[in-house]
Amino acid sequence: MRSHPAEYDFASPGSLAGVLERLDSEPGEWLPVAGGTEVMVQYGAGRLRARRLLNLWNIVDLRQITETSEHLSIGGGCTFAQLRGHVSVQEHFPLLAQAASWTGGIANQNRATIAGNIVNASPAADSPPALLVYEAELELISARGTRRIAYADFHLGYKKTALQPRELLLAIHLQKRFAGWFRYAQKTGARNAQAISKICVAAVGKLRDGRVEALHIGMGAVAPTPLRLRKTEEALLGTILTEDAIANGRRMLLTEIAPIDDIRSSAEYRRQVAANLLEDMLRNFAAKGNAA
Amino acid sequence: MEAFRSFSRPGEPPSIGEYLGKERIVGTPALRKEGVAKVRGSARYIDDISFPGMIFGATVRSSIARGRIQKIEFGEGVIWDEFIVVSAKDIPGENAIALINKDWPCLAADRVNHPEEPILLLAHPDRHLLPKAVAAVRIEYEVLPSVHSMEESERGDVIVWGADNVFKKFLIDNGNVDAAWDQADFIVEGEYTTGAQEHLYIDNNGAIAAYTPDEGLTIWGSMQCPFYAHKSLVCLTGLPEDKVRIIQVETGGAFGGKEDYPSMIGAHAALLAMKSGRPVKIMYDRMEDMVATTKRHPSRTRIRTAVTKEGKLLAADIDFTTDGGAYSTLSATVLSRGTIHAGGAYYWPNIRVRSKALATNCPPHGAFRGFGAPQSLFAMERHMDRVASAIGMSPEELRRRNFLRPGLATATGQKISEDVNLEHLLARALTISGYSAKRERFSRENIRAKKKKGIGIAAFLHGSGFTGSGERYLNSVAGMDATAEGKLRVLVSSTEFGQGTNTILCQIAAESLGIDYDAVEMAPPDTGIVPNSGPTVASRTSMIVGKLVHSAAIGLRQTLQASGLLGESWTTPEFCEAAKTHVAKYGALRSDSRYEPPVDVHWDDQTYRGEAYAAYAWAVYVAEVTVDMLTYGVTVDDFVAVQEVGRVLNPTLATGQIEGGVAQGIGYALYEKVQWERGRMANGQMTNYIIPTSQDIPPIRVFFEEMPFGHGAYGAKGIGELPMDGPAPAILNAVSHATDTDFNAIPLLAEDICLRLALRQTVPVEAVAV
Amino acid sequence: MSRQCFSLHVNGECRMVEAYPMERLLDVLRDGLGLTGTKEGCGEGECGACSVLIDGELVNSCLVPVAQVNGTEIVTIEGVAAGQHLHPAQQAFLTCGGAQCGMCTPGMIMATVYLLKKYPQPTSDQIREGLNGNLCRCTGYMRIFEAVEKAAVQGQGE
Repeated sequence: MRSHPAEYDFASPGSLAGVLERLDSEPGEWLPVAGGTEVMVQYGAGRLRARRLLNLWNIVDLRQITETSEHLSIGGGCTFAQLRGHVSVQEHFPLLAQAASWTGGIANQNRATIAGNIVNASPAADSPPALLVYEAELELISARGTRRIAYADFHLGYKKTALQPRELLLAIHLQKRFAGWFRYAQKTGARNAQAISKICVAAVGKLRDGRVEALHIGMGAVAPTPLRLRKTEEALLGTILTEDAIANGRRMLLTEIAPIDDIRSSAEYRRQVAANLLEDMLRNFAAKGNAA
Repeated sequence: MEAFRSFSRPGEPPSIGEYLGKERIVGTPALRKEGVAKVRGSARYIDDISFPGMIFGATVRSSIARGRIQKIEFGEGVIWDEFIVVSAKDIPGENAIALINKDWPCLAADRVNHPEEPILLLAHPDRHLLPKAVAAVRIEYEVLPSVHSMEESERGDVIVWGADNVFKKFLIDNGNVDAAWDQADFIVEGEYTTGAQEHLYIDNNGAIAAYTPDEGLTIWGSMQCPFYAHKSLVCLTGLPEDKVRIIQVETGGAFGGKEDYPSMIGAHAALLAMKSGRPVKIMYDRMEDMVATTKRHPSRTRIRTAVTKEGKLLAADIDFTTDGGAYSTLSATVLSRGTIHAGGAYYWPNIRVRSKALATNCPPHGAFRGFGAPQSLFAMERHMDRVASAIGMSPEELRRRNFLRPGLATATGQKISEDVNLEHLLARALTISGYSAKRERFSRENIRAKKKKGIGIAAFLHGSGFTGSGERYLNSVAGMDATAEGKLRVLVSSTEFGQGTNTILCQIAAESLGIDYDAVEMAPPDTGIVPNSGPTVASRTSMIVGKLVHSAAIGLRQTLQASGLLGESWTTPEFCEAAKTHVAKYGALRSDSRYEPPVDVHWDDQTYRGEAYAAYAWAVYVAEVTVDMLTYGVTVDDFVAVQEVGRVLNPTLATGQIEGGVAQGIGYALYEKVQWERGRMANGQMTNYIIPTSQDIPPIRVFFEEMPFGHGAYGAKGIGELPMDGPAPAILNAVSHATDTDFNAIPLLAEDICLRLALRQTVPVEAVAV
Repeated sequence: MSRQCFSLHVNGECRMVEAYPMERLLDVLRDGLGLTGTKEGCGEGECGACSVLIDGELVNSCLVPVAQVNGTEIVTIEGVAAGQHLHPAQQAFLTCGGAQCGMCTPGMIMATVYLLKKYPQPTSDQIREGLNGNLCRCTGYMRIFEAVEKAAVQGQGE
């Protein structure tokens, strides 16, 4: 343990209003912490710059999953264990349930929250590709009100997000409109469990008369932020998934991603595997068409 | 309670035939001695122990690979008056961790030779203040050129150790290798490399030291070899031998990683304790343990072999090189074992092995399960598959035609006298794994498959006990005694760190005394109490120390009988009562037994010829893998391990040893990569140094052949290291089969496979373009 | 920041501790309450040696500030056995050779207890996944899987 606990302030307002008030009166001073699976790692390693922490764990308002016939709203404080076990998430957003099961080991899934994963903004996180392809909307809240933002617009650059210092990620909103769509998800890590992704991909799509009518592709660990592959999608829309179309998709993908060499993998590997996974996805898409 | 039946006449060792089937305890799954404490969480490891007034120590380390220390400043923001600070100047005796040589400083005095080399020690009652204080020490260096690969080291442009960067060289030269090339139908060459490997015991290194002028120095630590630490601390402190006491506490895994380094941590804690007058604990966190302590030696092996078209091996010329890091530590002995095992489990009419251990500027590499053998055996077992492929023979047939057999000699000229039958082990492993049908089917189905499957084998041997004259020099002693309460105790410095020392030695003792297993316990592993039964390394505990315990037990029993307190048969309570009476009457009941080398074992340290090991364990492993052509990831789907380890003393523990070794071998082959940045491990975290989880290990199916070995306790040979040797080559052979591509380096990560296979795919395209 | 008072129900007992709010639950258990059965292996939530149950959920105690467990029910390895009577999981680990060096064992047993509560008759895949956050370097996991299966069978009779 490389930090001194006496050097850290820790406040537990106990309610959402209390948390927001603290964030509002001293913006940028307080680092919200929920399950601690990221913040406490930094703290243990002596790398946590924030000295004042604001407790979000078990704030009831943040842990609800609510739904209507058309929408599902996930409170930012929901854990991955909660997500992967939730019947509606499994039914309507299976790629998200899958991503939740890939995130860390069982004990960490009991603590790590979806909002923490999003706000931490690691380009290699497992859930963002699924959120991107489901075109999630984020609801941000501050003492002054709430605002909604498309998740696709949330990540501004490496570890930079649209979240303001006074704000908290209140909820993730999803539309139940993917029933019957083709879906695909893959993760490659250094091992089968508890691995940070070298590449993760999620995709949903629809074919009509053998042509691509809709296609959303999200990828992690191939750019400074989680990436929605708009250009690749664009290139494939309206096409029949022939060998040429697939090869074209590979080419477009390689213009769109910008992976790096880091301690977990190489840029070269990531480019190759990203393209392989895209190709695999497209072949499955062509073969299976609409899943349901 | 069964009465004891005497099975040997006093003074004569019982013959093998007399053992088999007669034991009540040996060969049964006796429960782990310290098992209840471990499952309850009441076992006390080093970080679980504290003493009144104890303070905490930390280590200031070098940030560069090589240089002269110019200036040390104690920066601001720290109340330095509250800290105990120790430098090399505070060392009362020699500034060295005494192992084979004394070149390894306890604290760098004026120059550093690797990143993370200890320079200063700090202590404070609040352990949370230490990281900041360590960071506040500013050290200025004159940076000197450093060496970071075996190739740079052997080029010798920069000399970083001795006259030529060479810690040690060996030469085995048997027959006439140079004359063999002309007779060969095929000459096959290859180069094989292995990476460093981190032990990753879950219990980090740590030690507590306490000192008073009257009582001297006591060290408690997580360690394998209390008497190594004892020797080192005597040298460091200049204290008399009886004023230095080393106590091993419950040790949560070691694998060789707690053979030499605990002497260093113990020394550091001792220096702080002597200066502060208070007990001092130094507990490494995971990152410090990973970046600062030893790893498995990286290696490079070049093999050139002559072979006939019928698959007869004629000659091997082997160049085996290891990276020893910045100080010599155990590199010479690791190299020795690797050199002797380099020829593998085969008969070579002519063989030459030239080996060397080189200096580079990274922390010293050290002992790790297998001790050089996994490195050179990886090379030989990969090479055998390549030879088979070159001559168009199946890998199993090539091996079968060249196996060592009773009467044939190893590279060192040791005639195999054990009744080993490798062909039988191979046949059994092939049958159990369904090898032949799978090999054929996979080859057929792989061509267009996105998931390619492969199956590969490795056949190998592992010498039990110290190499050559090692056991003779060690001259180990084990004892047994009885307490005033009539408890029988095993007295050894052999330590428990998960492998089962406590259990098997108590089984042997109980069997030999003719009493219940529960009536025997281990004396504390405390150099003030137990004799030196040698270090707990080299797969020597069951075979060598077990045998000494066996003899000591027989001696103790005979003493009791001679005193008239014990008759011809007895129950456990009768035996214990007799022991108790003996202690009350004569003050003690104790029997010691000293190692005596078998008469037929000869070894020449100069020519490296002779009986390298008293016995070998033998094995054939089969690995089945899938290579995913989308991600280039490898999954091990099935693993069969068939071995002959002499008598299996405890089937549960023995099976666990094999399974655990195989899992480490899977990690060594496919997952574990130490990423070096100028001599420093850059991925010193569990998040970034990847070991297999419960979801990465295939079913490991373990089978034993039991051929009792005459000189081991109840026929036992060594077992602990063997399973580390086979998995990596078996897996790489399987991956090479699956992909129809030679992979000759470990760790083999998905990135490496991608590079090779993806590049190969582009070759025809380029050819067309030309 | 000064020390504060926290109230924890540990292994069925109410314990008051004085600690900095950011002290790790792991350190509070080990240093504050003397419950050293919970081990530190990595300090970054990777190895699971520090696993405990908080309100019935399996958690890495190295990643939990004590301020977040005020008023919760905590079970550590010391609270698993019923007095002298080992829990079926403990007994099975002992019998099957699931514990070697013993450092991962407390966390591994906590993960087993949690797993068996969720799936009293777990499949092989559920066992492998249920223990995926608990690294063992000694056993190669085979004896551990066997122990979990055995504990599941014996737990039925309880």
